[in-house]
Amino acid sequence: MNTIIKKFIPQILAILIVILIFGFLTLNAQTNMDNRGIDFGFGFLSQESSFDVQFSLIEYSGSDSYARAFLVGLLNTLLVSFISIIICTILGVIIGVARLSSNYLIKNSAAWYVEFFRNIPLLLQIFFWYYAALRALPMPEKANAWFGVTYMTVKGYYIPAMVWENLNVFLYCGLAAIISIFVLRNYAIKLRDTEGKQIPVFLYSVALLIVLPLLSFLFGGVSLEFEIPELKKLSKISYIYEGGISLPPELIALVLALSLYTSTFVAECVRAGIEGVSKGQKEAAASVGLTPNQVLKLVIMPQALRIIIPPTTNQYLNLTKNSSLAAAIAYPDLVLVFAGTALMQTGKAIEIVSITMLTYLTISLTIAAIMNWYNKKIEIKEK
Amino acid sequence: MQTLNFLKPNRDNIKNYSITGSLLILVSLIDVISNAFFKINLTSFLPGSLTTLFPLIIGLIGLNMMRIDYSGNKTLDLLNKNINTNNFNALLTLLILFSIIKALPQSLSWMILDATISGDSKDACTGTGACWTYIKVWFRRFMYGMYPNEFHWRINTAFILVIALGFVGYFMKENLKKYLALYYVIIYPVIAYLVIYYLISGGSFGLQWVETGAWGGLSLTFIVSFFCLIFCFPLGMIFALGRRSNLPAIKYISICYIEFWRGVPLITVLFMSSVMFPMFLPEDFFMDKLVRVIIAITLFEAAYCAEVIRGGLQSLPRGQYDAAKSLGMGYWKMHIFVILPQALKLVIPGIANTFLALVKDTPLIFVVGLAELAGMLALAKTNPKWLGFAMEGYIFASIIFWIICYAMSKYSYNLEAKYKTER
Repeated sequence: MNTIIKKFIPQILAILIVILIFGFLTLNAQTNMDNRGIDFGFGFLSQESSFDVQFSLIEYSGSDSYARAFLVGLLNTLLVSFISIIICTILGVIIGVARLSSNYLIKNSAAWYVEFFRNIPLLLQIFFWYYAALRALPMPEKANAWFGVTYMTVKGYYIPAMVWENLNVFLYCGLAAIISIFVLRNYAIKLRDTEGKQIPVFLYSVALLIVLPLLSFLFGGVSLEFEIPELKKLSKISYIYEGGISLPPELIALVLALSLYTSTFVAECVRAGIEGVSKGQKEAAASVGLTPNQVLKLVIMPQALRIIIPPTTNQYLNLTKNSSLAAAIAYPDLVLVFAGTALMQTGKAIEIVSITMLTYLTISLTIAAIMNWYNKKIEIKEK
Repeated sequence: MQTLNFLKPNRDNIKNYSITGSLLILVSLIDVISNAFFKINLTSFLPGSLTTLFPLIIGLIGLNMMRIDYSGNKTLDLLNKNINTNNFNALLTLLILFSIIKALPQSLSWMILDATISGDSKDACTGTGACWTYIKVWFRRFMYGMYPNEFHWRINTAFILVIALGFVGYFMKENLKKYLALYYVIIYPVIAYLVIYYLISGGSFGLQWVETGAWGGLSLTFIVSFFCLIFCFPLGMIFALGRRSNLPAIKYISICYIEFWRGVPLITVLFMSSVMFPMFLPEDFFMDKLVRVIIAITLFEAAYCAEVIRGGLQSLPRGQYDAAKSLGMGYWKMHIFVILPQALKLVIPGIANTFLALVKDTPLIFVVGLAELAGMLALAKTNPKWLGFAMEGYIFASIIFWIICYAMSKYSYNLEAKYKTER
């Protein structure tokens, strides 16, 4: 009897408290909305949005619906996160390895890099790049070409656009290459397990990945041309580049700040991972006759990656959530387009804020679920 | 063979090699320094890109000559071991040295030599360097926001009082030490709140009322992070214990809470607190914007705190729980006297990281219209009298935040070392 009371009373109390809080809030929201004449509902999503977005990956104009505006914002968020994740991974791995270097100068430069970028709030870094550093760039007519064909100006970064013909044939070839790599890998593992033979899978994979898409150019009728940005005079003093792709300065500032900031955390994860593999492992592997390359590939990396990947994914998630700071410099991401402009126009605070939060929540929980599954899979199974 | 031997430094002719090597490095350094500081190109007679690569090549040859194993010379050995183990390392060493030398004169002249600090208007800044006059003139605004100038002593006094009260725990008598946790978790926040409310807000004791809209600058950053810090820790502890609980209802409520807040960005939480939350309050009930923001950040950071504390709880061996239970301790007794003291010791670095993230997140309150340091910078930047000094402002703010965060992280390392108990 005593244990039942001990078990049930706290639970019932907790549930009651939660119900009371939610009930209280909903009741208030009900009366507030009744008084102000606002009705709850998601019908506004199909209405015409009648606002314009500066930068979007898909066709979008003011006559499209709010749902499409939401999609534009979501895609912009994903774009900026994707680019930043790639850059911050490259930077982070380099810095993390550099922190373990035997060279005094390299080790300390890397350590100072980490201490420097980690201890300044991300918002300040974004402001710094956007309002201070990128504003110091030249006007379009005075810009020098970088790599001959790209132009970094105060109005954005202009790069050549690729004009494809028969793009899908090229993509199919890429897909075929990836599938054949998987088949090859499985075959190599089978060969290793049954006959003890090793084949250089990595070299073959790289060759496949290069050769198959190249073949599509020769036989598949695929062709690629570059559209190079050219300077055009708009009026007496105003110039602009036409053609090619223009990356807005907001995007550049955001990518710079996010990737520099997150790379410090990735660097720490990488360092911890490599340090986490005990020295004995390396010595044991060397003593059974593996070459240094094999030691790195077969013994060190698999163990280090097991430590590195989970916290690094966490950092990627943080980066995706931090990309919402875009709203502060008017990059049209999910928060600015949807929770900013759309909310201002429709006044549907509850619906829009909850949709925005749920979107981020879905992204986070999906990745977290995948990570949990992956962790379970790569866990060292001790007997 | 002879030529190869000549290229391979060894101990026999160590003197020749080390002297020629250091001479070559000196030449390369002089070339770079003269290039960077005096704009004299010593190697202009060389064709094309060789001019720029010259110091690098010469330096590499020099370092290669100096690389003698076990030379017997202490300095040389130290150099070789630390910056010159192989050609690749030598190249990186040179690249880092050269880029530091190249960047030094520009940043020095911009930040110090050509900079202006005198005067009190934009006209004083005529040089090519930074305009620190801007920071000087706006300093009070950056620190105290729109708070009236003549009342700044109130903020200072309040901060000194709160900090002094925070140190009371250190000087408590031995027999009062057991109430330490009680003091920090309940009494201290209440007193701090009263101090800040009556001193900074005013409205009674003959102090003039200053509304929270006028608060701002760095002092607001401190106020927000202070309250969030002291509230999010106990809340996080409750949810960490809840998540580890055997009672399913409590466990799932805690999991939902933690995963929800961890899954959304802080900026949407702040949006929620400013546009959505008022809809959920009773009609005639008014809650100050600052209070709403503090509540939002506290709820948000508590979830992160909870996860860190849960990590500590999980890493304790089962034996600790079993031993406590076998002594007849109940749930609360076991946690307060056995589990939490050990677990909290383990999570000091994690908690410090969470607090660091919290301090770094406070500038975000700028998006709901509270002008702390970043917000004041944005205001100052658009002031028509002071256009064009964004760089100085952001560098100033970055330095301040960097010092705060760096000090915090170093302090957490110290704490970690202090409480480290070997097991």
